[in-house]
Amino acid sequence: MEIEAYLRKDYITNLVREGKRLDGRRFDEYRNIEIEKDYVGEKACGSALVRLGDTKVLVGISLNVGEPYPDAPEEGVMTVSAELRPLASPSFEAGPPGEEAIEVARVVDRGIRESKAIEMEKLFIEEGKVWIIFVDIHVLDQGGNMIDASGIASIAALLNTRMPRYEDDQIIRGEWSGKLPISCVPVPCTSVKIGDSILIDPGLDEEYAMDARLTVATTDTINAMQKGGQGTLKEDEILSTIDLSFEKGNEIRKLIQCP
Amino acid sequence: MAKEDMELIKDGRRLDGRKFDELREIKIEVGVLSRAMGSAYIEWGKNKVLAGVYGPRELHPKYLRDPRKARLRCIYNLAPFSVEDRKRPGPDRRSVEISKVSSDALSSVVMLEEYPNTGIDIFIEILQADAGTRCVGLNAASVALADAGIPMKDIISSCAAGKVNGEIVLDLMKEEDNLGECDLPVAIMPRKKEVVLLQMDGKLTKDEFKKAYELAVDGAMRVYEMQKEALISSVNDVIIGE
Repeated sequence: MEIEAYLRKDYITNLVREGKRLDGRRFDEYRNIEIEKDYVGEKACGSALVRLGDTKVLVGISLNVGEPYPDAPEEGVMTVSAELRPLASPSFEAGPPGEEAIEVARVVDRGIRESKAIEMEKLFIEEGKVWIIFVDIHVLDQGGNMIDASGIASIAALLNTRMPRYEDDQIIRGEWSGKLPISCVPVPCTSVKIGDSILIDPGLDEEYAMDARLTVATTDTINAMQKGGQGTLKEDEILSTIDLSFEKGNEIRKLIQCP
Repeated sequence: MAKEDMELIKDGRRLDGRKFDELREIKIEVGVLSRAMGSAYIEWGKNKVLAGVYGPRELHPKYLRDPRKARLRCIYNLAPFSVEDRKRPGPDRRSVEISKVSSDALSSVVMLEEYPNTGIDIFIEILQADAGTRCVGLNAASVALADAGIPMKDIISSCAAGKVNGEIVLDLMKEEDNLGECDLPVAIMPRKKEVVLLQMDGKLTKDEFKKAYELAVDGAMRVYEMQKEALISSVNDVIIGE
């Protein structure tokens, strides 16, 4: 695995220097994106499967009633977790989330939280009781760019989420009362730097070959950013990646909002 | 919500009297641990942060060894008593993420090819936390690496900027971090001004980002001068025999 990745890095770096990508895409071109909402619709409150090229991510949403955070007693709570399932890649192992899974979850979390996409103040039930929203990211096939696939699947699943009926201090499972209130659609866009070029939506081999990575999650403003990788980025590279992320984010947002 | 109403800026000054582009008081000490290869201690406002370097040394488990280069691992740890509400000991998700981005940042400057098959471990201990700890930790870690004499392409200098009551300000303190609109920690290689760490959460337009980014880089450049000064005086101490 390691040695193969090392050899492929050289090949891909040379290819990029000639202005080409392994799968023939332009540098500013995403792979094909398919969004399937309500993929596991019988039990979960909401779900979506996203295929980004051959990367597959399934997100399921569960709702529970619980205690609010002390510093926001009248708002709902959201937690995002990611599991990189071992069936998705030979390099994933069973067990508790590692640093890669935690990074995916936290970057997706920041985009949703900071854009205030979920109207948390509408999730207040009564004093000491609010709705808790669990966003569970399941990476099923790792073909590269898990962050974007997970972010797109998460907000698509949230848009698909129904509120369970709540009566006499009890959740009535299988009965619903309306949709989860969502105010905007944050979209993370990830680019990598290989040599002196910036490529959006890296495939798996491009991730091995990358020097640095930058994710920019946008709505009408920037809501979250995350630099990754052991290489460096220049100011103009960061600024042009922001522009590209706004542009691509808008296109992807339209896809997500398609009913 | 009361968040935006809270007055964090009054007459162009911040809660602690600082101007928008002013850093908190910073003190850097070099070589504070006796057993580590290199170490540093930084007081930055109310932050107190210690960093120690071990290695290059034998790397375990064996399968982590890379025949082409050393593996650098940075562990960021928040002491339970460093924050008002006790933090449960051990790594939480935030610490794991900060450890990862810090490892990546430091790996970009250390000449890892010099030490194949080995491990370089850097430990950042936050003894007292008051916002901006990942920046302080990285600054301390890179001074500790220099103190250890490990070859580097450059040092790392780091500082955060953010948005508070609609104003772009440098080096957020705890209240500003909690109640402000945005936090943007940046770490750079000062000589080339290239970015090795960048994170952001909050709400910024592109123009605001540019302004905050440039302010953070400017802050990091000022930290760079202090890091150099601390390292030079630590060497002078040895030469003069103080």
